Amino acid sequence: MHIVVCIKQVPDSAQIRVHPVTNTIMRQGVPTIINPYDLFSLEEALRLRDAFGGKVTVLTMGPPMAEDSLRKALGIGADDAVLLTDRFFAGSDTLATSFALATAIQKIMETEPVDMVFAGKQTIDGDTAQVGPGICCRLGMQQLTYVQKVESVDPAKREIVVHRRSEGGVQVLKTSLPCMITMLEGTNQIRYGTMDDMFRAARADVRVWSAAAAGIEDMTRCGLRGSPTVVKKVFAPKARAQKARPVDGEGAEALAAAAIEAIFASQPKLESDLLKQSAGY
Amino acid sequence: MTEKFDAIVVGAGPSGNAAAYTMAKAGLKVLQIERGEYPGSKNVQGAILYADALEKIIPDFREDAPLERHIIEQRLWMLDDQSYMGTHYRSDKFNEERPNRYTIIRAQIDKWFSKKVKEAGALVICETTVTDLLKDAAGKVIGLRTDRENGDIFADVVVLCDGVNSLLAQRAGFRAELKPEHVALAVKEMHFLPRDVIDERFNVKGEEGVVIEIAGTVTSGMVGTAFIYTNGESLAVGIGCLVSDFKKTGETPYALLERFKNHPSIAPLLKGSEVKEYAAHLIPEGGYKAIPKVYGDGWMICGDAGQFVNALHREGSNMAMTTGRLAAETVVALKAAGKPMTDANLATYRRSLEESFVIKDLKKYKDLPEFLHKNTQFFSDYPNLLSKAAETWFRVDGIDKKTKEGQMVRGFVKARGWRGLLGDAVKLARAWR
Amino acid sequence: MSADNKPASSRAGMKKQLPEKFINYKHVWVFVELERGEVHPVSWELLGEGRKLADKLGVQLAGVVMGPPAATTRAAVEGSYRYGADTVYLMEDPLLTDYRNEPFTKAMTDLVNTYQPEILLLGATTLGRDLAGSVATTLATGLTADCTELAIDDEGSLAATRPTFGGSLLCTIHTLNFRPQMATIRPRVMAMPEGKDGEVSGGLIEVPLNMKEDDVITKILDFIADNTTNKAQLAYADVVVAGGMGLGKPENFKLVKDLAEVLGAEYGGSRPLVQKGWIDSDRQIGQTGKTIRPKLYIAAGISGAIQHRVGVEGADLILAINTDPNAPIMDFAHLAIIGDAMTILPALTEAFRKRLSVNRMAG
Repeated sequence: MHIVVCIKQVPDSAQIRVHPVTNTIMRQGVPTIINPYDLFSLEEALRLRDAFGGKVTVLTMGPPMAEDSLRKALGIGADDAVLLTDRFFAGSDTLATSFALATAIQKIMETEPVDMVFAGKQTIDGDTAQVGPGICCRLGMQQLTYVQKVESVDPAKREIVVHRRSEGGVQVLKTSLPCMITMLEGTNQIRYGTMDDMFRAARADVRVWSAAAAGIEDMTRCGLRGSPTVVKKVFAPKARAQKARPVDGEGAEALAAAAIEAIFASQPKLESDLLKQSAGY
Repeated sequence: MTEKFDAIVVGAGPSGNAAAYTMAKAGLKVLQIERGEYPGSKNVQGAILYADALEKIIPDFREDAPLERHIIEQRLWMLDDQSYMGTHYRSDKFNEERPNRYTIIRAQIDKWFSKKVKEAGALVICETTVTDLLKDAAGKVIGLRTDRENGDIFADVVVLCDGVNSLLAQRAGFRAELKPEHVALAVKEMHFLPRDVIDERFNVKGEEGVVIEIAGTVTSGMVGTAFIYTNGESLAVGIGCLVSDFKKTGETPYALLERFKNHPSIAPLLKGSEVKEYAAHLIPEGGYKAIPKVYGDGWMICGDAGQFVNALHREGSNMAMTTGRLAAETVVALKAAGKPMTDANLATYRRSLEESFVIKDLKKYKDLPEFLHKNTQFFSDYPNLLSKAAETWFRVDGIDKKTKEGQMVRGFVKARGWRGLLGDAVKLARAWR
Repeated sequence: MSADNKPASSRAGMKKQLPEKFINYKHVWVFVELERGEVHPVSWELLGEGRKLADKLGVQLAGVVMGPPAATTRAAVEGSYRYGADTVYLMEDPLLTDYRNEPFTKAMTDLVNTYQPEILLLGATTLGRDLAGSVATTLATGLTADCTELAIDDEGSLAATRPTFGGSLLCTIHTLNFRPQMATIRPRVMAMPEGKDGEVSGGLIEVPLNMKEDDVITKILDFIADNTTNKAQLAYADVVVAGGMGLGKPENFKLVKDLAEVLGAEYGGSRPLVQKGWIDSDRQIGQTGKTIRPKLYIAAGISGAIQHRVGVEGADLILAINTDPNAPIMDFAHLAIIGDAMTILPALTEAFRKRLSVNRMAG
C-alpha cells in the first residue's frame, strides 16, 4: 500500500506578532511547526502502512525551509519525502495549491501507484479545509473528510469503510480506493519516532521538485495567477470605542457583587429569566 | 542503535554548537542531540554576542549570521528608587569593520549556528532527550541513552553541553545539585519599537547599538542586575537575582521586572513599546568555586553546564563557545594521535581552559559572588547614599559647597560608620583582585 | 520564455476584469442544508445575510434545496421562502437522501453551470465544507472559508472578511474574476432572520439529478446517532461561561463548571484548552470551535485573541475576568473584573447562588 500524506509547514500561530506600528505580520523569528491537524492524518497513514505493509510518502508545497517539516515527518516514521517548491507558487490560494499538489501526486503515480491520499482537516493559518477536497476532486478519488475512524480496509477488494462525523451523529461509509481522507483531531495518538527514524530523517535525501519537475506545464494555474481569491485588505479589528468597564470593589466578594449588579442593571430580562429557571419553570 | 560515533555532543546551544562544529570540521564523526524542538528553543539570553569568541570558530560569521546591532555605547547605571548615577562609554572606534560586540536574538543565532554545524558534517537530532550516560564496567562513559526506542548510542567521548541545570551531569555523579546561591533566575521581555524610535531615543544611527547594565535598589536589596539592550527593532529588557535571595525574600522575578520597568528613569525608554515574548532562565553565578570537574573517562563538560559564567562582566556565551571549542580541539588532537579518551588524556582540556581567559577571569573574581552575597549593602545602602550625595552635590540651592561636602560625607558615615566604609572599600578591592 | 511562464507580480489579479463568460452570472444563492429531514439553522441565517447582499446588488435571492422525494424536502422549500428566498432551485432524488459528496457535488455544479449565480453561500458545517471544497474545485472558482462578515463593494463584488494569521488580524478576500464567488460561513456568525408569517411562496425551478446509484461509488452503510445526554448545546445557549489558559491548571476548570451550573448555563473553553485536552473539542468556543450568541457570556482567564473574539462578539453582554487590564479581551468585552479567576469564579458562583435562590425561598 502506498499512501501519500500532504502536510503543511505553518507559523506557530500562538507566537505570531503584529508590528505595533505598521500593523504587518512579523514572521521573522516565529517558529514553524507542522500543521497540527496534519499529524493525525500522518499517524493514521502510518498505522495503515504498519497493518498492511507498504510505504508512506509525505508531500508538501512550500518555501525551501518547508523541508524541515518533511524531515520532522520522516522522524515520526514516514518513509519518503517530496518538497514541491518554486517561486511560481508564491501567492497560491487553495485552488492553485490543490492544483500543484494534485499534479505532483500524479507525477508520483507515474513510478508507483498511490492507494490513498491523506491530508489535514484544515490548517491553523488558513482554516479553509479546502485543499484536501481540491486534491481529491482533481485526482478523481473518493472524498472522505472528517473521518473519526478507519473501520476497515480490504486491499484485495480495494475497499475501505470509515466513520465520518456528521451533524448529530456518525456516517458509516464504504467506498473504493483510491480515496482521500482527512482525519479529525484527537482520533489517534501521534507516535514518537524511533532513533532509527530520527537518523533516517536527518540523513534522508528529500526529493525537491520545481513546478516543472512535478509535471506542471501550465504555470498560469499556479501561484497568484492561478488563484481566483485575492486578499485585498489586511487589518486589525476596530477597537470598540469603549473598552470593557472594570467593576469596582475590594476583594473577590465585592467585585462579584458589583459585577452582578452591573449585569442585571443592563439586562433586567436576564435576571427574571434566570430566576424563573432556578425556580424550576 | 548499532552506529558508533567519535563524539556525541549533548545540547545545541552556544557551547554545543561550538564543540560539534569544531570536531565535525576536523573530520570527526559527530552526533549532536538537542532536547528542544529546534536548536536554541530552550535558550534564553539577553543577548550579547562576543565576536572574538565566535571569530575563533567561524572567522567569517559576519557574512550571514543574524546580527542585530553592533555595540558602540556601554552604560553602567546605579539606580535607587527615583534616580540613577551612571557612567557611559561611547566610542566611534567601535564602528569598526569587524565590531567586537553585537546584540543578537539568541534563538536565531543558535539556528544559524546549527546550520553551520550540519554543513560541517555533523548529524543533528532534535526533539530527543538524553536520559542517561552509559558506562562500562570500569565506569568509563561509552555512550548515552535517549528517550526514543532503540535509543542507545555509543561514542568515544560524550561532551555535555546541556546547560545550567545539567541533570545529566548530576545523575552521572559528575556534579552536585545546584546550590540556590550559585544560580540566578533572570526574566526578560522583548519590547518592540520601530527602528527609528530606537535610533532617536538612544542616539544611534544605522546599525549602532547601546547596552545598559543596571544595578541598585531595583533588585530590592537582593544580589542581582538588570539590563536593557537595543536590538534592530526591539529592546531586550531583563532583571535577575540569586535564587537563594528570591527564596529568602519571597519576591517574584516578574514583580521585580514590573517595578524595574516603571522606574522613572527606565519607563521613558520603554514608552510606546509593545511587549511580546516573556522568558525566564537560570544563570550560573557561582563562579570559579562552583566549577565541577569538567572531564573524566569518556566525558567532558562545557558551557553553562560547567558553570562557566563571569557574572560581573555578564560573560557567559563567549565562555560557552570558548569551552566548547577547547574541548573539541582536545578531542581532535587526541584522535589525531590515536590516543584514547581517558581521564588522563582529557586533562589537556582543563589545562587549556586554565591558560585561557576563561579560568583566568573566573579565578580573578572567585570571591566576588560570595562577597556580594554577604554584603548586600552594595545593592541597598550604597545606591541610596550615592544618589543622595549626588543630589546634594548637583543641587544649587544657596548652601555653600563646603557645607554640602560635609553633608555628603556625614551621610555616608552615618549609614556605614568610618570603619564600615573602610571595610567595604578594602573588601571590595580584595574581591576584585 | 513567454510572458505566461513568468511568475505573476504581486499586484496581478487585483483589478476586477470579469471575463466575458461570467458577465451574465447573476443572483445570490444559498445552499439549504437538509439532512435526515431537518434543515440546519445556518441555512436560514445565510438566507438572512443573502437577502441583504441580493438587495444591495438588486438581484434575486435563491435557496438551493437537495433532498429525497419527501414532505420534509418540500418543507425545506417552504422554509426557504419564509426566510427570504425569492426562488428555490430544487433537486429531488433518492440519491440525495443522505449526504454523499459525489451526488451532491454533481447536483450543485450542474445547477451552477446551468443557472449561473454570481454568489453561492454555504454553511461551514462538516457537510458544507466537504461539499464546498469539491464544488469550488470542479467549477475552478474562488472559495473563502469561515467568513465573519460579508459585504458588497462599490464594484458589485463580494467582500468576504475572515480572521487570518492565527487570529491576530482580519483580512478581506475577493473572488474578483471568477464566478460564482463562493463563501462558507459558520453557524451563529450571522443572526437568525425574522421569518415571514403566514403563507409564503416564490419561484420554483425543479431540476433532475440525472445520476444512477451505480454511478455513486461511496455507499452509506449506517448512521449512528449521537448520545445527546451530555452534549454541548453551546451555539444556542442563552448564558455561557468559559475558561482560558489563565485558569492555570486543568483542575481549575471545575470552577467554570460550578458557575455554569448555578446559572443553568453551558460551559466551554478557548482553543488552547482543547489542544491540551482539558475539555472536549465540542466545547471549544471561537472561530474554529463554536460561535455563540448568548445573552450573557462570562470569560474567565481568556486573553481574547481574534479567533476567540469572532466566536463570541455576537453576545449581548460579555464579562471578562482577567488579571491583565490590557488583555485584548478588554477591547470587546463590556464589563471586566480585574482579578484572579481562581478567586473570582467561586465568589461569583456564591453571589449568583444567593441572588437566584431568594425567590425560591420567598415563593
